[in-house]
Order: sequence, then C-alpha cells, then structure tokens
Amino acid sequence: MDLAEKTNESAGKSLGAYLAGHLRDYGLLVALIAIMLFFQVVTDGTLLKPVNITNLFLQNSYIIIMALGMLIVIVAGHIDLSVGSVMGFVGALAAVMMVNWGWPVWLTIPACLVAGVLIGAWHGYWVAYWKIPAFIVTLAGMLVFRGLSLWLLEGQSVGPFERSFQSLSTGFIPDILGINRPNGTALLAGALAVIGIVWMGLNQRARNAKYGMDDEPTLFFVLRNVIVCGALFYVMYKLSGFRGLPNVLVSMVVLTVVYAFITENTTLGRRIYALGGNENAAKLSGIKTEKLTFLAFVNMGMLAALAGLIFAARLNTATPKAGFAVELDVIAAVFIGGASMSGGSGKIIGAVIGAFIMGVLNNGMSIMGIGIDYQQVIKGLVLLAAVFFDVYQKNKS
Amino acid sequence: MTSLLEMRAITKEFPGVKALDNVNLTVTEGEIHAICGENGAGKSTLMKVLSGVYPAGTYDGEIHYDGKLAQFADINDSEDLGIIIIHQELALVPLLSIAENIFLGNERAKNGVMDWRETFRLTEDLLKRVGLAENPGTLIDSLGVGKQQLVEIAKALSKDVKLLILDEPTAALSEHDSQALLDLMLELKAKGVTQIIISHKLNEVRRVADSVTVIRDGSTVSSMNAHEEEITEDRIVRDMVGRDMSDRYPPRPHRAGEMLMEVEDWNVWHPEHADRQVISNASFNVRAGEVVGIAGLMGSGRTELVMSIFGKSYGKNISGSVKMHGAPVDVSTVGKSIDAGLAYVTEDRKSLGLVLEETIQKNITLANLPGVSKSGVISEGEETRVSEEYRKAMNIRTPSVFQKVMNLSGGNQQKVVLSKWLFSGPEVLILDEPTRGIDVGAKFEIYNIINDLSEQGKGVVMISSEMPELLGMCDRVYVMNEGALVGELTAAEASQEKIMSMIVTDVVDEPVSGAAE
Repeated sequence: MDLAEKTNESAGKSLGAYLAGHLRDYGLLVALIAIMLFFQVVTDGTLLKPVNITNLFLQNSYIIIMALGMLIVIVAGHIDLSVGSVMGFVGALAAVMMVNWGWPVWLTIPACLVAGVLIGAWHGYWVAYWKIPAFIVTLAGMLVFRGLSLWLLEGQSVGPFERSFQSLSTGFIPDILGINRPNGTALLAGALAVIGIVWMGLNQRARNAKYGMDDEPTLFFVLRNVIVCGALFYVMYKLSGFRGLPNVLVSMVVLTVVYAFITENTTLGRRIYALGGNENAAKLSGIKTEKLTFLAFVNMGMLAALAGLIFAARLNTATPKAGFAVELDVIAAVFIGGASMSGGSGKIIGAVIGAFIMGVLNNGMSIMGIGIDYQQVIKGLVLLAAVFFDVYQKNKS
Repeated sequence: MTSLLEMRAITKEFPGVKALDNVNLTVTEGEIHAICGENGAGKSTLMKVLSGVYPAGTYDGEIHYDGKLAQFADINDSEDLGIIIIHQELALVPLLSIAENIFLGNERAKNGVMDWRETFRLTEDLLKRVGLAENPGTLIDSLGVGKQQLVEIAKALSKDVKLLILDEPTAALSEHDSQALLDLMLELKAKGVTQIIISHKLNEVRRVADSVTVIRDGSTVSSMNAHEEEITEDRIVRDMVGRDMSDRYPPRPHRAGEMLMEVEDWNVWHPEHADRQVISNASFNVRAGEVVGIAGLMGSGRTELVMSIFGKSYGKNISGSVKMHGAPVDVSTVGKSIDAGLAYVTEDRKSLGLVLEETIQKNITLANLPGVSKSGVISEGEETRVSEEYRKAMNIRTPSVFQKVMNLSGGNQQKVVLSKWLFSGPEVLILDEPTRGIDVGAKFEIYNIINDLSEQGKGVVMISSEMPELLGMCDRVYVMNEGALVGELTAAEASQEKIMSMIVTDVVDEPVSGAAE
C-alpha cells in the first residue's frame, strides 16, 4: 500500500508536492535567513555590519569545524561528548609547548594535530574494536581531558602567543588586487564562489535530467540560487568593507567543501552512511565497519585539535575552562542540521547551517543584551523545535 | 451455526489508493477461518479495520460482531470484546519474564503494587493451557521464537479471548514448532475459541481451516467452506494470483558444468559457548550452472554453515578449506569472500541485507562501490545507470530507483538484495531462504531469476525450509541435521519422505558427513 501511495505522489509532480518532500532542506535555509533578518531588524542593523559579520565567523569557526567531524561520527551511529575537553586540552598543550617549552609555531601546530589524532584513535579504539558505547567512552574522555588540561596548565592561564600563531584565527588574507578598501580578494572570492555554485548547480541539473532523477522545479532552482548567491555576495561585500577575508573563514570553507565532497561523492562517505544505516548489512556487504568507526573518531580528534588551536589563537591565551560545554553546542548544531540520532542520515551542509543558526542566535541575542539565562532557554527550545519538525515530517510521510 | 463476525462491504481508502474495495468476511462461531492472499492484497489492512487500528468512520461498510453493530474507536475497544490480534512481529519485551509479559498493561495489582503470587499462579494455568512447560519467571529473551509465540497466545487467553487473530503465526517457526502451534489452534477451537489465521503456507491452511476467504487486490475473490467442498492448494493459489499456476516451479534443463566451489571438512564452534560445535565436518560442492539445495530443520545449522563460510561471519575456531576452481581461496573476511567470487543473500533481508532508509540505488551498489567509481569518487550517473539496469532486469516494481527500500514490498526488497549481489559479480550465490515472507507471484519471479543464474553458468546454493521448493528447484539436495551434512540426494532420488527419513535416522545412525559424490 505504501508503494501505491508513493507512486501517486510522485506522479503529480506539482510544486507543492516537491516542496512537501523537500521541506527540510529548504526549511533550514529559510530558518537561517529568517533568524538573520529578525536580528538585523531588532538590532538596528548591527548584526550585518562588516565588523560583526567578521566576528560571527571568528566566534563560530571552531564550532563549525568540529560540527564537520561530529556529523560524520553521528552519521556512523555514534556520538562524541569529549570534543569540548579535547579542544581545551589541545589549546593548553599548544600553550605549554610554545610558552613553557619554547617550541616554534611551525612545530607546535603539527604536533598538536598529531595529539588530536591520537586522542581520536584512543576513543575510536574502544568504540570500534571493543564495542563500548561511544557515549561512555567519550564521557570518560571528557573527564580525562578536562582533568589533563587542568594538570597541564597547573590551573593557570598560559599566554600570550606569537603573532604568527594568533594569525591562525585573527589574521586576514591580504588584498591581492591591491585595492584594500573595498578588499579585492574578498570580492573576487565572492564572485568566484557565485560562479562556482551556479556552475555546479547547472551541471547537477543536467546530470539529473539525463538520468530522470527527481529534480527540483526550475522556479525553485532559480530562487534558491538567487538567494544563496545573493546572500553570499552580500556577506563578501560587507567583509570587503572591513578587513577582508579572515584566515579562519578560508580554512572553514575549504574544510566544508572537502568534507561535503567526501561524504556525498566518495565510496568512503557512502560506506559511512551505510554503516550508520545498518551496520550488519554493511558488514555483510564487505564493508570494514570497525575500521570506518575508528577513522570517524580519529578524524573527530583531529578536527577538535584544530578547533582547539584556533580557539586558543583567538583568545591569545589558554585557560583551563576553554571548551567547557562546547560539545553540546556542536552536537546541537548537527541535530538542528537534520542528522538523525540513530545514524545513517544527515548532511555536512546541514550541520554547517545548524552551527550558523546557533551562532547567529548567540550573537544576535548578545547584541540585544539578552542575558545568558534566556539565551540558554531559547537555544534549547530551538533545538527541540528543529528535531520535532524532523520527527513530525517523518511521521507524516 | 451462527456467525460471530460479519464484515460487510468494507471499503478503505488511503489518499489515492483503494486498499480495500467492498470486502466481505463472515466468520462462524467456533471455527478456524483462514484468510489467504498475496502480500499487499489487503489482509493486514482488513485486520486493522477489524481491530480498531483504523477507527470507525475512517472506512465504509459495517462490522457486526456477536450480533451487534461494532464501532471501535481504538484497539482497546475491540480487545474489550475479546478480539485479540497476534502480529507477525512478536510484541514481547525480551528482558521481562513470561508472567510480566502476559499481564503487561493488565497487571494483577493492588493499589499499584504487583500481586506476584496471583500473577504467577494465573501464568502457570495459562502456560498449562498452551502446553508450554516453562517457569513463569523465565525471561522471554531465553525462549525460542516458537515458545514466544505460545506466550503470545497465553497472553491472549488471559484477556478472555473470543476471536483470536493470528497473522502468519508460523512464518518464523520450525516444522516441529509449527505443527505444535497448529495442534494448539485445534485444541483452542475445541474449547470454543473462534480463530482467524492469515498464512502463506497453504498446507497449514488446509490442515486447520474450516473455511477460507481469499483476497486479491483489496477485494474478496472467494469464500470456501471445507465441510461443503474440498479445498485444494491449487484452487487457493489460483484465486490468489488470478491465474492458473500449473507450474509453481519453472522448469530448467539439468546443467552441471565444471566444478566451481568445494568446501571440505568445515568445522565451526559456537561464538559464545566455546565448547559447542555448531558445524562438524561438513563438505559440499557446487558445479557451474547447478542449483544445490540444503535441506534441514530450522536450527540444524544451515545458516550457520554458509555464514561461517562467507567471510567467517559466524562462529569461532573455524577450520576447513574452501576451493574455487580447484584452488584454495581465502574467505577470512567478507571482502575477500566477495573477491573470491562468493555472494551471500541473507535470510533476514531487513536486518542483515538492506539499509532500509536508503534508496534502491544506494543499496544495489553497496557491495561493489568500486564498480561505479573512479579512484574512490562515485559517479552518480553510472550508479543510476547500473541500478536502472537491474530495476528492469529484475522487474523491481517501483516508480524510480531513488525510492527508499523501506517503501517496497517484501518481494521487491528481495529483488533489490539479489541485484546487489549480482552486481558484485559472483560465481557462486548462496541464497538463504530466498522466498521467505514473499507472495506466490514474486516467488515465481525469484525462481525464474535462479534459473537465469544457472543459465549464465553460476553456481547456486539454496537453503529453504519449504521442501517442495527445494525439490522443485534443485539439481541436488544435501540434507543437514544437527550441524552435519547427513546425506545427499539427486533431484531424481529426492522426495520429502526421503529427506525427512534421513533426518530422523540420523538420530540413531552415525552422521554420514561429507556424502560421496
């Protein structure tokens, strides 16, 4: 009976039917834009001022970077509660290396990334090969690495750092066109990104048409691209009026593109989705499920380490409290972005938008002067609402 | 005789599809009434209408129960009147005891405090009535499916059941347990419990049913009374599929080419109980173009045998050799087994064979992703082309390959699993219960696919609990009992009686493992 129903639905391929089927994808984007417009109005335009947009990226970069790894862990059917502690620990490690031991920056950064990989491998080993629930393994990790940060820092803040290390987070890409204000690099990058997005979109449509895939109506395609590209270029334009492209924005975008490609277009990505969707079936299809689970945690550890470096660079100091409760923001971002708790579904771009929604909420409410008490309440309700929307959609179909 | 239940002109529509169209069903008091029909014919929908899952008002037509017009708002309303359904998927809580499960939601308690003595006493009575010799405190977890089924029935009896509905009660049971269950049904009938049984197994229907109603495409096709006319399996099948099925098993010339796979002296120990040998000294072989069956009771170790071969996916301390084309191959992981030319189509397609939430396309390519990718990057276009090819070749009925497999019927899901394994390019396919839980029409299509495989020169190993199917499809049949292959019969020699007698005599004789060629 289900099949007959579905058949009927797709036969009437109206705009409405298409929209109903893809409400989640558009809903997320629309929600982000709506939230931004709301705060733009109630903060009298402060939200989208160049300096604040720059701040938005700087403030949220580490959340977004960890959300990429968390999405993969959650798609694989696990969770990582340790990322906040690991981030803090690696920041502390970097500080101790540079300030106390006098290590140069070029050695500290790779050493810290390797530390992240090893921490991820530690978690992954117990989860993948001993089948200990990730919740427990990473809860233990959360305590262990929080404690180790305290021990490393001896309960004190350690800093400041060299200029070159700080630029990891607070640096900007110089204007290659030499205009400086507006910043030519930002404008150029914006233009190239717009061209790239439209070009890839058209390519995808051509391919879909060729294979008769369920494709979005032209109206939606145009509308979506105009909104996305318009918003993108607007942001770039605004950035160009301040100091140009933050370094951290560039690394964030590159990482997002790379991870989106890996999850959606490679055999590695496909196998992770299959593993999360049905581990036994994946295993019997010849997929090395243990190894993939292990790698998902290794990757998470590495990204948490990178986030730790960026966070420490931004504050120019490592504190014992760095990264406290950050894992909750990261996990919330992934679920707002549409991933399912049981694994097997969720997209990188969804996690990134989810992180931005959290970020804009934080930023907007702070500008408005809303206290941290209400901020927490509102963020909690937004998370619940987003997941409720998912469940509601699923039950309806 | 008076009728206990009369469903008149029931029509149930879902958006865009009529699931039931003017269905009539009359069940006489004290009889066992069988409802037959292909998957998707509307049997389950009809039972959901009857039990109030679809409340009155959401369907057209009338239900008369016990002489009164019945309008159930939900399942509690129908249970209050003694209508109890036992679903195909058992609804027991594994980590609670038998007694706790039987009185779940209906607890014997005073002011919310459990009255354990009363609960256990009543449970003992109920277990006696269903002939289950277990302690009421035993956890459901430790019972086999057959015994769990009996607990379900005991639970129904605890609610003063008048009309008991069993949805495919024997689908997951062994031959022995099935017989016991059917006996119990007859016993309950003698005590006045009216029953409705939904089943695909026509021999069972013939054995217990007083009357049979056949449903096809949401309409009643025929109603037969066993006391007035003889109900033959052929007649039921004809009504179910709407055409004559003179040949339930499509013929195939006997082909046995060169030797493909040889398994020798295969031994496997239980994964948890290290001292228990699950498979002992099994040896068998398959030639190109040959379909070889493995017969045996449920629990005889058939699935354990093949799964332990396929990537050592079952068991411990596995020893023995697997040869392909006469040369030993490494089957220590699933990946290596696939590379060696093996494919294993599991008996449990939902939990072991498919990623239900993914699309048909993504399921088909899962075992051979390199086949649609270049240096690790999947070509979506190529992937769609491949899956479209299989959709057509296997006749998977779906609007598109981007449909999630959870929306497909059992038969179509099985075709997706078969497609997945064919795309991995195997030489030998091991099919474990390939037609379990799928309807007659789809079964026929699966048989045709098996014949095609034989024609392409592939070797097929087929495990099935339905002996007629093995006899109809196989060139050779191995008989398995208690973890050993106890005999081998050619198609000409094999018969149900011979297979059964081999299993039975094995109990006294020494196992003749590794039967001669």
